[in-house]
Amino acid sequence: MAIAVDRDQAFLEAIRRIADEIAAPNADAVDREARFPSDTLDALRAEGALSALVPVEHGGLGLRFETIADATFELGRRCGASGMVFAMHQIQVATLLRHVDGAPWFQAYLRDLVGEQRLVASVTSEIGTGGDLGRSIAAVTPAGDDRATFEKQAPTVSYGAYADDLLTTLRRDPDAEPGDQVLVLTRRDQTTLEQNGTWDPLGMRGTCSPGFTVRAEFPTDQILPTPFSTVAPESMVPITHVLWSHLWLGIATDAFDRARAFVKASAKGRPETAQPMAIRLSHLMSDLALLRAEVGSGLRDYLELADTDRERLSTMATILRFNNLKLAASEQAPRVSQGALGVTGIVGFKNDTPFSVGRHIRDTMSASLMIANERIHQTNASLLLIAKDV
Amino acid sequence: MVDRVRQIIRDYGRLPGDVDALDDDADLYQAGMTSHASVNLMLALEAAFDIEFPDAMLKRSVFQSVRSISDALESLGAAA
Repeated sequence: MAIAVDRDQAFLEAIRRIADEIAAPNADAVDREARFPSDTLDALRAEGALSALVPVEHGGLGLRFETIADATFELGRRCGASGMVFAMHQIQVATLLRHVDGAPWFQAYLRDLVGEQRLVASVTSEIGTGGDLGRSIAAVTPAGDDRATFEKQAPTVSYGAYADDLLTTLRRDPDAEPGDQVLVLTRRDQTTLEQNGTWDPLGMRGTCSPGFTVRAEFPTDQILPTPFSTVAPESMVPITHVLWSHLWLGIATDAFDRARAFVKASAKGRPETAQPMAIRLSHLMSDLALLRAEVGSGLRDYLELADTDRERLSTMATILRFNNLKLAASEQAPRVSQGALGVTGIVGFKNDTPFSVGRHIRDTMSASLMIANERIHQTNASLLLIAKDV
Repeated sequence: MVDRVRQIIRDYGRLPGDVDALDDDADLYQAGMTSHASVNLMLALEAAFDIEFPDAMLKRSVFQSVRSISDALESLGAAA
């Protein structure tokens, strides 16, 4: 056990080094040019980070989920886009690992994931579903000889052009109802991506997430055996909210750190004039502490249920719990980032000072859009009618 | 029990097809019941049978079929 923990610690040290030495110096250019953080991804691959969660018996690092949450936080502190790409990939891998259930194609795939450090993106959103990930229009369409095809109109695919593989939600077959979904994993050489529109967003610019028409042809054993209606509540949704919230906490923490550094620099030699800023910083610390508390308890609640009580992950009370983590963290992180601007003033408003927080504000503003908060509130409103102990 | 459950599904499950075409074990979600409709169904079942589903039962697998719903109601002591 001690050895395993040491391995997790060593991994985190490596991630911190990548965050400081590679992600941080590239963060402004990644943001300004809306450029995929390739340097960070290369370094992550060299550490075997893309298969960090894969068990040792399959060749991975076999690290604990909380280590990946910490790593997401560390990357987010230095480059929001790098942290988001890392988080999104780990969400797909963590989800797959919990549901491959010995399916031979997926078992073999895990070896390739480890050996080739393949980057997995997800294609869950779809034009025409009103943002409801629990419904699909595109369907797995039989193409004979145990093969199938699909064509899906995705309004956004995070790092789609840079992914090696895509995990896509689809209706089980062309006659299936919208909510009868499966997950299909297709490799780059089985998939074509036709980009729709451009990518020039307000924040999270380095994730390079334009819309795509995704087409694929694949053997049917690449359909995950467990239906998406089970995978979503037991894994994908809580894992997503836990890792995203760690990322947003990372970005907000760096905004706070910049505000603190600014106050400290201002206080040198003339502590009395810095007093009003220092008081604002104290207010900001309270806001950050609330965010950190919610993110930490979200992780603990997930870990408590993850391996021992999967059934409880699908209860309405638990669904509400992780929805609330998402709502709280996505609203609080931009608040902290903006509060940092309140401390730093014009110096933080400028994009080229050590105390700039514009990127932090813009990056964290994406949080309430990624699975729109209003849609989550709509779901919660319905669940609250029937759930008892929330 | 099963007949009353079927009637409530007919009224509140908002299935695109006919409930009577489904057997007792057929998956209602696969038959097109949305999560929103399933909440309405749960509320209607609680009212009709004068019971309350505890949180541990408020999950998809319990409301997946006519039989699973009937079993859950029986376990809560609901009278047919």
